[in-house]
Amino acid sequence: MKLTISWLKEHLQTDASIDELAERMTMLGLEVEDVIDRAAELAPFTVAYVEEAEQHPNADRLRVCKVNTGTEVLDVVCGAPNARAGMKGVFAPIGAHIPGTGITLEKRAIRGVTGFGMLCSEREMGISDDHEGIIELPEDAPVGAAFAPLAGLDDPVIDIAITPDRGDCLGVLGIARDLAATGIGRLTTKPVEPVAGAFDSPIGVRLDFSPETADACPLFVGRYIRGVKNGPSPDWLQRRLRAIGLRPISALVDITNLVTIDRARPLHVFDADSLAGGIHARLARAGETLDALDDKTYELDSDMTVIADDDGPVALAGIIGGTPTGCTEETVNVFLEAAYFDPIRTATTGRKLQIDSDARYRFERGVDRAGIQPGAEVATRLILDLCGGEASNLDIAGAEPAWGEPLSFRPARVHALGGLDVTKDRSIEILDSLGFAPSDEGETVSTRVPSWRHDVDGEADLVEEVLRVVGFDAIPIVSMPRASAVGRPALDIGQRRVRTSRRVLAARGLHECVTWSFLSSENAKRFGGGSAPLTLANPISSELTDMRPSILPNLLDAAQRNAARGFTDFGLFEVGPTYADDSPEGQAMVAGGIRAGQSGPRHWLNAPRVIDAMDAKSDAVALIGGLGVPTDRLQVTTDAPGWYHPGRSGVLKLGPKNALARFGEIHPRILAEMDVEGPIVGFEVFLDQLPQPKAKPTKARPALKTSDLLPVARDFAFVVDADVTAESMLRAVRSVSGKGPLKLPFTAIDLFDIYTGEGVPEGKKSMALSVTIQPDEKTLTDEEIQQTADAIVAQVVKSTGGELRG
Amino acid sequence: MDIKTDSERARDDFLAAIEDAVALDALEQVRIAALGKKGRISELMRGLGKMSNEERQVAGPLLNGLKREIGEAIEARKTALEAAALEARLAEERLDVTAPVRPEMSGTVHPIAQVLDEVTEIFADMGFSVAEGPDIETDFHNFTALNIPPEHPARQMHDTFYLPEKEDGSQLVLRTHTSPVQIRTMMAKQPPHRIVIPGRTYRCDYDMTHTPMFHQIEGLVIDRETHMGHLKGCLIDFARAFFEVDDLLLRFRPSYFPFTEPSAEVDIGCSFKAGEFRIGHQGGPEDDWMEILGCGMVHPKVLENCGLDPAEYQGFAFGMGIDRIAMLKYGIRDLRGFFDSDLRWLRHYGFAALDAPTLGQGLSR
Repeated sequence: MKLTISWLKEHLQTDASIDELAERMTMLGLEVEDVIDRAAELAPFTVAYVEEAEQHPNADRLRVCKVNTGTEVLDVVCGAPNARAGMKGVFAPIGAHIPGTGITLEKRAIRGVTGFGMLCSEREMGISDDHEGIIELPEDAPVGAAFAPLAGLDDPVIDIAITPDRGDCLGVLGIARDLAATGIGRLTTKPVEPVAGAFDSPIGVRLDFSPETADACPLFVGRYIRGVKNGPSPDWLQRRLRAIGLRPISALVDITNLVTIDRARPLHVFDADSLAGGIHARLARAGETLDALDDKTYELDSDMTVIADDDGPVALAGIIGGTPTGCTEETVNVFLEAAYFDPIRTATTGRKLQIDSDARYRFERGVDRAGIQPGAEVATRLILDLCGGEASNLDIAGAEPAWGEPLSFRPARVHALGGLDVTKDRSIEILDSLGFAPSDEGETVSTRVPSWRHDVDGEADLVEEVLRVVGFDAIPIVSMPRASAVGRPALDIGQRRVRTSRRVLAARGLHECVTWSFLSSENAKRFGGGSAPLTLANPISSELTDMRPSILPNLLDAAQRNAARGFTDFGLFEVGPTYADDSPEGQAMVAGGIRAGQSGPRHWLNAPRVIDAMDAKSDAVALIGGLGVPTDRLQVTTDAPGWYHPGRSGVLKLGPKNALARFGEIHPRILAEMDVEGPIVGFEVFLDQLPQPKAKPTKARPALKTSDLLPVARDFAFVVDADVTAESMLRAVRSVSGKGPLKLPFTAIDLFDIYTGEGVPEGKKSMALSVTIQPDEKTLTDEEIQQTADAIVAQVVKSTGGELRG
Repeated sequence: MDIKTDSERARDDFLAAIEDAVALDALEQVRIAALGKKGRISELMRGLGKMSNEERQVAGPLLNGLKREIGEAIEARKTALEAAALEARLAEERLDVTAPVRPEMSGTVHPIAQVLDEVTEIFADMGFSVAEGPDIETDFHNFTALNIPPEHPARQMHDTFYLPEKEDGSQLVLRTHTSPVQIRTMMAKQPPHRIVIPGRTYRCDYDMTHTPMFHQIEGLVIDRETHMGHLKGCLIDFARAFFEVDDLLLRFRPSYFPFTEPSAEVDIGCSFKAGEFRIGHQGGPEDDWMEILGCGMVHPKVLENCGLDPAEYQGFAFGMGIDRIAMLKYGIRDLRGFFDSDLRWLRHYGFAALDAPTLGQGLSR
């Protein structure tokens, strides 16, 4: 919403400066986005008199003018066809910034003649697109005077972002009313004087709705004005519209635009002679069309309200008029329409047909319910003043929509809700100036909602009115009372684990990414997703259509992008949601990561190695352990899903059903499909699946038991079938821990060799491990150690079918 | 030959041999020759047994003195030779300590996570706890319960992502804000509430300043007495702590949100001196305001929609963009970089793993 200061002052008497007014608007909730002061921009431009205009010696189309600027006479080279001796024009000196072209004027020779300035066209001044010739100023324009005030461009424009609840402030009057309530000025809007009709309108108006749809248009007012002379509107009106970015069209149309901006009251003018029969408002019929004033043809449906004559729709109610019945320069008889159209239908229709218009913008936010007839009267008066003619009586169908809902207001609520002390009298004064007609009834104040306010329906709204007029700045600042002297934890265990997981993984050399929650349907399907309920109905691009089933595909895409930038060895991770279905329970918190390339850069001491699935397993296990979950009881199964390499992947489980994590090399086929160079390894840790720590009565840890006796380590090597897993071997050894004749737990079981090749039969492998036993009370005898070793061997042989290697 | 002569000769011989031994093994040979079982001094000692008492009274101290002297000379020589050997070894052992160390991959924490941790620290200190909710929401939680009925113009302010229409005609949405968690919290538990709600949010918009996914943090306080003064205090205290500018000014402007009444937008003071953005006013003509969040007193209809009596309960809510405040605090220009996973960006704007922000040690370095 743009308005000029002079326009505002037609409704508000004030001595406040532009800055003060803008500040006050912002603090009222009418956020000023820009103050455009063209006078400042145009300050260098002055009125100049062309004393002579000679043909340029070297160019047919140019003239060399002697220009009197009031202080000196300068040569100016000009190409405009209308540059001639005796005229007055707009002079730009060297150094002036030309707003229309963005160029700063420099002294330079044009075909051998040096110019000391420029005579400007309207386009160069940023006034219009006209570049036919230079601006010609009236003969009486004082030479040397500033151009801007002469052209009416000294009127600063304020651009305000009006929130969708304040349809009333889409008119200058509404803004002035808000300002006046703060005491910065006095509301001086002239009362509307009805125009006496000289005859009855030959075109009748009626409403044609069923009772269920009657709210589409409760009131419709029409007036016939005969014998008008349409044409360009006067300078003041053109200037006013141009200042706020509207293009003047003709007096009749400009008048409707003026009233729209002035009072947030859209109107429409029809060429009465092009209408067939009477005018009525109704719902459109399927198949009807309208050739609209934006030169487009719209197909209408039965949810849309139209204005129609006997031949069909002539306007889309509250949105746009039709071309065949629009006013032209030839229009002699005018039919003026003012009505109330339902905000919801207007919005729905406008959205469906994608028409943005000043009228729609106001109707869908709600126009003044009592402003329909006054709007018609204001427009009539302007038409008669500017175009002549004779007005009929108003023809009225329907009745004003209901307004004036009573609201009770307790002044004490201003403090209770707003934290600000405002006297009852001041509250009443504010509500009065905003049109709420307050009446003091002791504890409460009764009010009624003004016809122009659609956003007020409760006491909290009235509290806001008082607060915003006094100013939120006045509300005293109160720090939050502390609920406890020392802060309490804000996170639960799950939230804490999410937070810790990022730091565990970053500490392991991975870089945290944040990627979209959606991805392409191809990638979704590759990673077990892509189901219809998780496919967006209105994706923003074909690459972002499906809710992600896994963190990995986005990271793999990121790996591909980074590889394309020349990075080779890196790790990425993300901690975020994945979606198994569309329920809240289907959303899981997952920490996923990938590693690509080598374990590090080449180094003089350490040769890097190619990363492998064990790196991904390390990441997963380290993360699980880092989150406080013991990892020694994790089981590993080899049933990882299909996007992993079938032979180099695993699932970390706690019990047969509870999968905590997956890891492994990403399937080469998936990488090839995604155009990612491999090998790449990845892991996914399902943070929600990690077991919760047991609640303990105390934070105390069990007492530390130490022994002065040296631990004893024994090495074993077993030959087993090639498909015996390390885990089954370790589990067998572990099962002996704490048992046997000594009942001593093993403090370490280290698998230090897995070997196939010479010395080991085909189809077999050798696994070597070291077991450490901690004696507690006495040194172990050789015999006791041997008993334990025998128990280990027996258990391994029994569990794995292997034998001790000789 | 008498014992005295023997003893003196042995002393001279061994002291010379000790002196001559230039390596530990040669010295050991000397020790064996002198003090070993069959060594000369041991032999002489054994001679004591055959002596008369008178002879032994002379020879005993003499030989014991010899044994001690040679023993001490050997130890002294040994210490000297060991020291020399160590010196020699150290003279050989050379490492170019200017060479680069073994490489360790150092990762980073994303600025969104870091800033979220910072924000959480501050609100935790003010007695808030963290609540979360699903990204895929019902129309009721995302709109209707928040006083945004289907035809409300505010729905046009939210470019909503929709999931497919279900058989009953309902349609789930990707939440356009974190506010639905307000509803879930108020419907699940009785007041008082003092929570912050961080999370992913989604709007169908993609340009220089909008991404289809972004992060918000929402605050909600519901009790019997919290008013707008507390709202101002809470946000001013937060902003000063977060931006680490003690005298940071905030401006509360009336605005409109369907779910709050009264509503405000909040600007922080900033300046653009010499084109450079800084948080906080510098006291010059370049001082300006920058919007950072929206807030207000929870709308009575929202309270009613959650089964709370607005005559009994009241409170405030606020919401701000985590990405946005991260950009402001850490001078990150382009929002889109947050989601591009460009290693150059992650290394430049990311945070060290162990730099977890706390109020005690300070939020940022």
